[in-house]
Amino acid sequence: MAEGTFKRTDGRGVEEMRPMKAEVGVVPNADGSAMFSFGNTVAIAAVYGPGKMHPQHSQNPEKGTLRCNYNMLSFSVSDRIRPGPSRRSTEISKITEWSLEPALMIKRYPSMVVDVYIHIIQADASTRCAGINAAALALAHAGIPMKGMISSVSIGKLDKQLVVDVDKNEEDWEEGEGATDIPITMTQDGEITHIQLDGKINGEELKQAIELARKATKEIYEVQKKALKGSVDLNKK
Amino acid sequence: MKTPRVTANRIDEYLSSGKRFDGRKLNEFREISIETGISKKAEGSARVRIGKTEVLVGIKMDVAAPYPDSPNKGNLMVTSELLPLSSSRFESGPPKFPAIELGRLIDRAIRESKFVDFEKLCIKEGEKVWSIFVDIYSINADGNLVDAAGIGALAALKTAKFPKYDEETGKVIYDEHTDVSVPLSKEIPIVTTIYKIGKSLIVDPTQEEEDACEARVVIGGTAEGTIFSMQKGDAKEISIEEMNKVLELSKESKKNVFSKIEKFLK
Amino acid sequence: MNKMTEGMERKIVIPGELIVAGEEYLPGEGTEKNGSEIVALRYGLAEESNHLVKVIALSGVYQPRIGNVVIGKVENITFYGWVISIDAADDAFLPLQEVPKYVSKEGLSEVLDIGDMVVAKIIGVNTRGIDLTIKSRGLERIDDGLVIKINPNKVPRVIGKEGSMINLIKDNSGCNITVGQNGLIWILGKNIEDELLVKKVINFITEKSFISGLTEEVEEWFKNEKGGNK
Repeated sequence: MAEGTFKRTDGRGVEEMRPMKAEVGVVPNADGSAMFSFGNTVAIAAVYGPGKMHPQHSQNPEKGTLRCNYNMLSFSVSDRIRPGPSRRSTEISKITEWSLEPALMIKRYPSMVVDVYIHIIQADASTRCAGINAAALALAHAGIPMKGMISSVSIGKLDKQLVVDVDKNEEDWEEGEGATDIPITMTQDGEITHIQLDGKINGEELKQAIELARKATKEIYEVQKKALKGSVDLNKK
Repeated sequence: MKTPRVTANRIDEYLSSGKRFDGRKLNEFREISIETGISKKAEGSARVRIGKTEVLVGIKMDVAAPYPDSPNKGNLMVTSELLPLSSSRFESGPPKFPAIELGRLIDRAIRESKFVDFEKLCIKEGEKVWSIFVDIYSINADGNLVDAAGIGALAALKTAKFPKYDEETGKVIYDEHTDVSVPLSKEIPIVTTIYKIGKSLIVDPTQEEEDACEARVVIGGTAEGTIFSMQKGDAKEISIEEMNKVLELSKESKKNVFSKIEKFLK
Repeated sequence: MNKMTEGMERKIVIPGELIVAGEEYLPGEGTEKNGSEIVALRYGLAEESNHLVKVIALSGVYQPRIGNVVIGKVENITFYGWVISIDAADDAFLPLQEVPKYVSKEGLSEVLDIGDMVVAKIIGVNTRGIDLTIKSRGLERIDDGLVIKINPNKVPRVIGKEGSMINLIKDNSGCNITVGQNGLIWILGKNIEDELLVKKVINFITEKSFISGLTEEVEEWFKNEKGGNK
């Protein structure tokens, strides 16, 4: 593996991510908001709350509730998506909650809810990862107490080759063993808060994939950190 | 929180002396900015900002059967979503009236003006025509979403390119866009809204001003004065005299908006 | 380990970030101690004084505290008092007994009607909700003027050290100003122009809230504004 001869469709190195961009404060109305992109995959997220949980019977008196809502804009993909939630978006919303909640000190807000709205504006695979990265930024930007940041990346296995940050062409890889997609989310300390896999892989390869994700999430963390720090200027004249 | 009544009263009071809180004239828009091509998977797309208000509009196209009563015409479908992301006032769930109305207001202006040449969207009469989907999303709601959506729809349509269509398989190939634009007429329907606060009429309210507003008239028409669509909104009466002023102001606002967006419509 | 003895420079920190290390430092608001390290638990401005390190929030919804003066809007009237929205996670309640005069059960809407704004003080925060009073001086219904909303995290900057900033604004505008800790601000002046001047300068302060020497900047701002307008 990793002979260095593998050619990715866009010429990237196997461990090379697409250019990342991050910015906070993109939705002025929200309590916190952010944009995060991997190349042509662009996600925005806004946070409202903590606020009152409606309806009352869904309140949890033990801890606050993190409620994520992931959706793709209808025109973010080739085949127009009909408005409204789908089975896919419902699952990703929940996965996103599980990815983020370990970092949040949500116990401080019993019976309340923190709402996170995530929208994919332009999709070129890895949309859930971009969404999670934007959401983590928006939560921090909203001043929600957190033990640390959360970063997410998709590792791919194209035929037998592991690659970092899968794009749409790679997702559709058909040669050899085809494409295996492994989105992974980690805390800044490298704890895994989310992993999914679709495809075919052996245990050794998966261990390597997780190591690659650890390296990549560190890079993503730096981009997130820069976005948050750069949004306030202490010396503005 | 909706703008407090005391503040709304102050807005009204100040307007009656011809002034607005942010220093604008009654007929003056906030800064308008347009960015096109914001979503590459769309056939056309635009981001429009008016002050802090922001909308995204995208165009998707597909080949479908025509409606039986118009076998040689393409289809148009305009929908809008007021995303909870864009304001704490919007809730998740099925679209509520304001979102439905917004889509319809834009739909009617485009349809009635014959801005899109539907006959040119016909591939095979009675069998296959192009359908155009215009989808509008609010990203930050700070007043006057309707006008922003109208501008966005124009810019997105203007920059849209047909995807490739394989006649043999009957499939649309989205990864390959042609350089063919949507057939559009020169009569550009601009949607502007006139808001009534107390005895004053204004354009382009901020959210604060919109909260103080009691009635509004949405008009789709050209900068030259032709009117294609109209709707009075909210339960407050407007006198005939006021309506005449609304029409004057509407025409003026369309000229004004046109001059700002002209370069994106070429 | 990067040990600082000469005090620490103010800086923007993100959750989970090491702010400063050293046994002498104590964890304040928005931080925790991890071994000898002080770590941020939220996004904000990290400051240290007398070895106490805290993170001043830049954002976030209003957290009600007993004793806070807030401005709210009457949302509903019940048999026992008024439900008031103070832009916090929970609605607040102003019971009949916390109004400075006797009110009959029929007369509630004459004291405060739905949609009215009121300056009130928080006397209780518990799991049932937030309790208010309007019995002290300065607590009253708002009948006139302008109510604006700012990010509640910027309230301390608008008030300034021992009220220095708000007094500067009052002196320069001639307006009465009541700053609610929840970010709602009531401005009452002789005319709308004066009130809008206050609105404008408050926006200026919230935009520049973390630069040093803000008071001087605001003094300068008033000079320019007055010079420019007349």
